[in-house]
Amino acid sequence: MIKKYGIKQLSIFLENRKGRLLEVTEALRDASINIRALALAESAEFGILRLVVNNPEKARSVLSSSGFTLKEQDVFAVEVADEPGGFYNVVRILTENDINVDYTYAFVGDSKRAVLIFKVPSDMLDKALETLVQGGITLVEPMFFYD
Amino acid sequence: MPFYKKRFDELGLKPAHVKSVEDLKNLPFTTKQDLRDHYPFGLFTTPMDQVVRIHSSSGTTGKPTVVGYTAHDMGVWKEVMARTMSMMNVGPGDVVHNAYGYGLFTGGLGFHYGAEEVGAAVVPSSGGFTKRQLLLMKDFGATVLCSTPSFALHLAEVAKDEGYDLKKDFKIRAGFFGAEPASEGLRNALRDAWGLVYIEAYGLSEIIGPGVASGCPYGNLHVFEDHFIPEVIDTETGEVLPDGQEGELVFTTVTKQALPIIRYRTKDITVLHREPCKCGRTITIMESVKGRADDMLIVNGVNVFPSQVEHVLTKLEGITPNYVIVLDKKGVLDKLEVWVEVDDRTFADGIGALETLKTKLQQEMLNELYINVRVKLVEPKTLERSMGKAKRIIDKREAEGLKS
Repeated sequence: MIKKYGIKQLSIFLENRKGRLLEVTEALRDASINIRALALAESAEFGILRLVVNNPEKARSVLSSSGFTLKEQDVFAVEVADEPGGFYNVVRILTENDINVDYTYAFVGDSKRAVLIFKVPSDMLDKALETLVQGGITLVEPMFFYD
Repeated sequence: MPFYKKRFDELGLKPAHVKSVEDLKNLPFTTKQDLRDHYPFGLFTTPMDQVVRIHSSSGTTGKPTVVGYTAHDMGVWKEVMARTMSMMNVGPGDVVHNAYGYGLFTGGLGFHYGAEEVGAAVVPSSGGFTKRQLLLMKDFGATVLCSTPSFALHLAEVAKDEGYDLKKDFKIRAGFFGAEPASEGLRNALRDAWGLVYIEAYGLSEIIGPGVASGCPYGNLHVFEDHFIPEVIDTETGEVLPDGQEGELVFTTVTKQALPIIRYRTKDITVLHREPCKCGRTITIMESVKGRADDMLIVNGVNVFPSQVEHVLTKLEGITPNYVIVLDKKGVLDKLEVWVEVDDRTFADGIGALETLKTKLQQEMLNELYINVRVKLVEPKTLERSMGKAKRIIDKREAEGLKS
């Protein structure tokens, strides 16, 4: 399941310092990497930028050689109807199966469908994917994000 | 005493070789490392049942430096602290507000016993709780303040902010200030703010604690050389330097029992003078400490070695991340920050995990260094970028930059 539905996400450690976000995005642009989905978490002193890109391998090596601290992890994406209760259905299934959500963020889809990205503890990932498929949720394959 | 016997035997030194103070220069030195190597009680010369007090300071890496006192040593300590107090005729009727930290440090209890010895009333307030301290100082009518100079200035500034009139509301006539260097600007600021006579206190726990030397009202530091023989040496060669020349201060205790120490290298840089003082004393005068012969830092009166910081980092993560120690002022007090680079080995994806790492590091630093350290997680290369070159310690404190 992980092989089929696992999506490589890059987390980048950023200090809260002027121009830092610019430098990340600039490095990605220079390498012609397209950001498909992103989320920025922040504390008082630092932040973590999480990205799903069209070419994770390349993005990783570009950012790494630019001196950024980063971590690559598997996340998964689901497709839900863009209407009340869409997000709820996914969260309900995960909760009923005692799967804790580390964090989640949205990919902007078209007006009818929404794509949501989820990070769960890595030892829970397989179980999460199985229970969601059993629950009739549509999982999005990595090819949707990658080139 | 096996330690000294071995040292002396190695050099072929016999008791007969030591006939006068002149012969001291032929004896080997003792260092902080020797104390560490014999942790905890290896350099004590009396049986433990004669030891009545044990103090300890944080060591350079992991192990603390331990010192012990017999009842006789406590008597010596009280005596030299009483002499310190007598520099301002402190005695019955005086209220001594003692804001040195009580506990393992020798500062708090050293001043406490000295003030009691001369018959003054002691208020053992210890550090922290600035506003409460001011309330007690005012309401108890404190006449003498004992603290680090920076804390005394902090008290003055908070008092002003709280609406006190320092000279009307307080009766402080003398301040006994030590444990950290103080610029002339800081001394004047304290004199002006409190209207007090500034008395400098000098000491180190390895020798006895505070009371090794004391300032007089004329501003000269008098070494109590009947108990502690001072020498100044060339840090490189170990040669004794003549009076008037700058070098490393070395002490030999004359009267101590539990932990007598021969030619202890303080790493403090100073100059000795042997000429009578205007106050009438003829004992050796040492100048205020000008600096250190090692990388020891003094943060709000507490001694900190950079190696201790590294020790905590290594202990916690099993790796040594790149780090920089940044010393700065927050108001008048010192603030110590450790900037730790988050690299691929330490980076956990999650704000919570990083905050936990930061908190854990701060707690461990407090355990190891005995002071509050602020840990800041930074990106790799930040340190070089912001500091120019690879430096481990950035000291931004400006001794003179104090508002009075």
